[in-house]
Amino acid sequence: MKKGKVSILEHELVPLHKVMPEQEVTELLKRYKIKKEQLPKIKTSDPVIKEIKAKEGDVVEITRNSRTAGKFLSYRLVTK
Amino acid sequence: MRTKRIKAIKFGLLSPKEIRKMSAAKVITADTYGEDGFPIETGLVNQRLGVIDPGLRCKTCGGRMGECPGHFGHIELAAPVIHVGYAKLIHKILSATCRRCGRLLLSETVKKEYLAKIEELRDKQADISAVVKQVFKEAAKNEVCMYCGDNFSIDIEDLEEELNNNKSSVGSELRERIEDRGFSVSKSAVLRREIDPERLFCWGDVPGRDSKKLKEFLAHDFELTWVKKANISKKEDNTVVISAGNKSVELSLSSRRDRVKLDLGEGRSYELPVKRDGVNLFVHNYRWVITDTDKIYILKMGWDKLHVYCGERQRQIKYEKPTTYREIEEDGGERRLMPTDVRERLERIPDEDVEVLGIDPRSARPEWMVLTVLPVPPVTARPSITLESGQRSEDDLTHKLVDIIRINQRFMENRDAGAPQLIIEDLWELLQYHVNTYFDNEIQGIPPARHRSGRPLKTLAQRLKGKEGRFRGSLSGKRVNFSARTVISPDPDIDIDEVGVPVDVAKELTITVTVTERNIEMIRALVRNGKNHPGANYVRRPDGKRLKLTETNYETLAAGLDVGWKVERHLMDGDIVLFNRQPSLHRLSIMAHYVRVMPGRTFRLNPAVCPPYNADYDGDEMNLHVLQTEEARAEAKILMEVQRNIISPRFGRPIVGGIHDYITGLFILTWGDKRFSKEEALDVLRNIDIDDLGEPAGIADDGSPYWTGKQIFSVILPGNLNLEFRGKVCRKCTERGLVCQKEDCPVEAYVHIENGRLISGVIDEMAMGSFKGMIIDRIYRKLGSSATKEFISKASRLAINYILQAGFSFGISDEDIPKEARVQIRNEVIREAEERVKRLIMAYDSEELEALPGRTLEETLELLIMQELGHARDEAGEIAGKYLGMENPGVLMARSGARGSILNLTQMAACVGQQSVRGERIMRGYHGRTLPHFKPGDRSADARGFVRSSFKDGLSPTEYFFHAMGGREALVDTAVRTSQSGYFQRRLINALQDLEVKYDGTVRETRDTVVQFVYGEDGVDPSKSVGGKSVDIDEILREEIGVSA
Repeated sequence: MKKGKVSILEHELVPLHKVMPEQEVTELLKRYKIKKEQLPKIKTSDPVIKEIKAKEGDVVEITRNSRTAGKFLSYRLVTK
Repeated sequence: MRTKRIKAIKFGLLSPKEIRKMSAAKVITADTYGEDGFPIETGLVNQRLGVIDPGLRCKTCGGRMGECPGHFGHIELAAPVIHVGYAKLIHKILSATCRRCGRLLLSETVKKEYLAKIEELRDKQADISAVVKQVFKEAAKNEVCMYCGDNFSIDIEDLEEELNNNKSSVGSELRERIEDRGFSVSKSAVLRREIDPERLFCWGDVPGRDSKKLKEFLAHDFELTWVKKANISKKEDNTVVISAGNKSVELSLSSRRDRVKLDLGEGRSYELPVKRDGVNLFVHNYRWVITDTDKIYILKMGWDKLHVYCGERQRQIKYEKPTTYREIEEDGGERRLMPTDVRERLERIPDEDVEVLGIDPRSARPEWMVLTVLPVPPVTARPSITLESGQRSEDDLTHKLVDIIRINQRFMENRDAGAPQLIIEDLWELLQYHVNTYFDNEIQGIPPARHRSGRPLKTLAQRLKGKEGRFRGSLSGKRVNFSARTVISPDPDIDIDEVGVPVDVAKELTITVTVTERNIEMIRALVRNGKNHPGANYVRRPDGKRLKLTETNYETLAAGLDVGWKVERHLMDGDIVLFNRQPSLHRLSIMAHYVRVMPGRTFRLNPAVCPPYNADYDGDEMNLHVLQTEEARAEAKILMEVQRNIISPRFGRPIVGGIHDYITGLFILTWGDKRFSKEEALDVLRNIDIDDLGEPAGIADDGSPYWTGKQIFSVILPGNLNLEFRGKVCRKCTERGLVCQKEDCPVEAYVHIENGRLISGVIDEMAMGSFKGMIIDRIYRKLGSSATKEFISKASRLAINYILQAGFSFGISDEDIPKEARVQIRNEVIREAEERVKRLIMAYDSEELEALPGRTLEETLELLIMQELGHARDEAGEIAGKYLGMENPGVLMARSGARGSILNLTQMAACVGQQSVRGERIMRGYHGRTLPHFKPGDRSADARGFVRSSFKDGLSPTEYFFHAMGGREALVDTAVRTSQSGYFQRRLINALQDLEVKYDGTVRETRDTVVQFVYGEDGVDPSKSVGGKSVDIDEILREEIGVSA
């Protein structure tokens, strides 16, 4: 990263993104009885995805602040 | 009922074969009825195309009117015409395919890739349009066909060897050129540099500096292309002829130094621009093209092979709206492609290439987009109407078809007679015009076809498009039976889940009941009543015969009534109906009510249910729908009853509740210490079902017992209700650092209800109003919907009874304030404020004013002035407020939340205040001033729209004008907002309507793709929440351990 540049991951409005390990993904898919393609998508061109270097086909877990539920977990499939 | 599942919907084009196959008649006469008044045998209202006259039979299927659905006919077009709807697509297809062989201009491997992509997307039921768009874009880029012509490929190693062995200058130069471009001819180099094997590239300039080199070069090439041996001969006129077998190429350097003429026998030749040192090359992206004659050689580097394409050179195709295509010739000239040419080209495209374009060739061959046969819709789709004069008036489509046939016939006659090409082309153009306007009469660039009267014809596209079109107007929205619409008016004496239905309406709307042993006597009575209100309109015998009740047959039918008959009886008290007010923005806009038949001509509605419908009684109309099946009635009862929708699904608080006089009535009833004798108390509660008035509060001086207003209100409260809260009138003591006096609150803001008794506090908007309604909320949660309904209904009667008895009015004199107050407002408050404004302006003029951070000096000044004047108005309001106490009905309404605000009262009694346009003081008008009454540059309060008068006093002309400016802006804003938010709502609904909360709590769309992992992130249904929260912690604490948080 360029000197003096701030990582967007540290911005308060950017929720926490985490690439999920294979096993957790399998569990997730099993839990919701879905295929990978049925997850919500996020583009590889997304700034956060670029920053955390997730690859196409990865599933990211997003921890968001929620107005109704405090913390909320969401999952997205990284696609082109 | 048997249900079937739709597995797939397929769209395609009608092939000419199919059109002919489904045609019941060939139409050749451009007319409808003959002189004898009968339809012409081969005409447009041919009796084989269906029947529209009662009594006649269809000549195709033998059906009568209503039975026969109508049958298509067809017109054989004398010459093909473009289908306007596909004109753009045709252009794209023409640009993407070879003009000679019709292949899609992409290499096989690329095609395979795209095809795989399309299939993958189709499997996922995803949109393929983006891929198809790319196919068109990529294919149109290729200027040379890789399929037609003599293509060949050689191993790179072979080529290398040949180049190495060949000591001739050509070979080494060739190599040099390739290497110059950063490529190497060796396989390993290709690999190393990761050159895309599909990328095309070619040699650099042809060494054409002299004819010898050119000859050698071509000789080399020829050997590769056609034969091993080529005969090369030089002619005296500086041309070189190269021939091999029956092919020959003649090359000549023309007299002009910058051009070379290339011949390929058969009279075909090209002139090519030449660079100073050779034949020019067309350089295109990564591929290089060598041109000679009409063959173009492209060299393509494979991993181990060099591909040479010698295909057809493509030309650009121009599309002119609506249906003309032109090909740009080599010399820059243009040649029009007639529909026949277009069709021929489209025919050449092989099926496998069509698939790459995202089209299924079995259901839509591209050439079917050029019409040779035109289907004629059945007459049932274009019925003629008979005017009063007995004259027939044909449908617009029929008129258009007449035009088409007429021109079609003329075209054929002219062609058969051998008319000049020019005339034929004109007729062709005309035929195209008529077919175009037949499909769509609103195409850009061509005048719409008109009726004799000058009205544009409504043709096929116009029938389908837009709000009134077939989709939005006839399929998504239909007119329904068993519905009524009329003006609404209030009736506080009916329950909130009732609707008053006029007798006239009730006699028209019916419910079909089957006669059983148990209801036969009741129904017999109805039939005997006949047309008189609790009666019936029709009876249906078990044999299906439907008999209308007339005055003459009431008795006979009533007597003949038996089990199994069906009777269409009038709407009666207690029937469940749906009640609706547009715009239906949320689900509460349609709710189920129970009928109360009553005299009059309006629907009656308890004012407490106005908020969910957003209704008022200034002329609003509402719709009523009578449910026709037992299932529908059950569903409506369970889901749509008013009482089930008291809590809004939007914010989890009651939306049904008291408004206006309900609040006022209950407020004055419960406010202070009102005393009622037994008679008075029972009078107020006369139409409310009560068992017990309770112990009297005390004994009056005359010895009779009395009850307080709070006690009377307590009578309608459920006995086990406990509740404490601060009302609307609360002065927020705790926020101001004071101690809340609770039950001893001087303004009676602390509402305390214990075991259904109102101990302290006054009932205001916070207690009973819609959107807030603490009491309603609590009753709903503790005792359920029915109890809440009962409570609101009772409260509405009580409130109205009392306000009726007590009397309540507001008049112009209620805005009066004493003279000294008016003088004080005028001479002190406003004058002083204006004085301060003047000083601010002076400070600004003398540049003493300090700008606020982030603001210019002007902005600062405006801001300070606005603040000053706003403050002045509030102060004026306060002074007026001193003289207007709770005994003033206006103040009472504002404080209790019944209607209006303190600001409204201030404006009426004290000072209207600053008017604004776009959030600023009024600036517009003349240059430097708002009106000619002021000097230019005047920034004073009154020159910029400050209204010092009150509405009661009346406004001065300038004030009136400024007020009108502000008022107009508000009006325009609301008009714009409603239309915009209406459209937003429509788009939002279209986007979200198929989402569903599944049993696992996830929100998914139709393909089961997850949208939200937990509905609303917390999985809470807001209509079952407490103000949006799933649990009310404070309340639970209070209830369980008696602690108030």
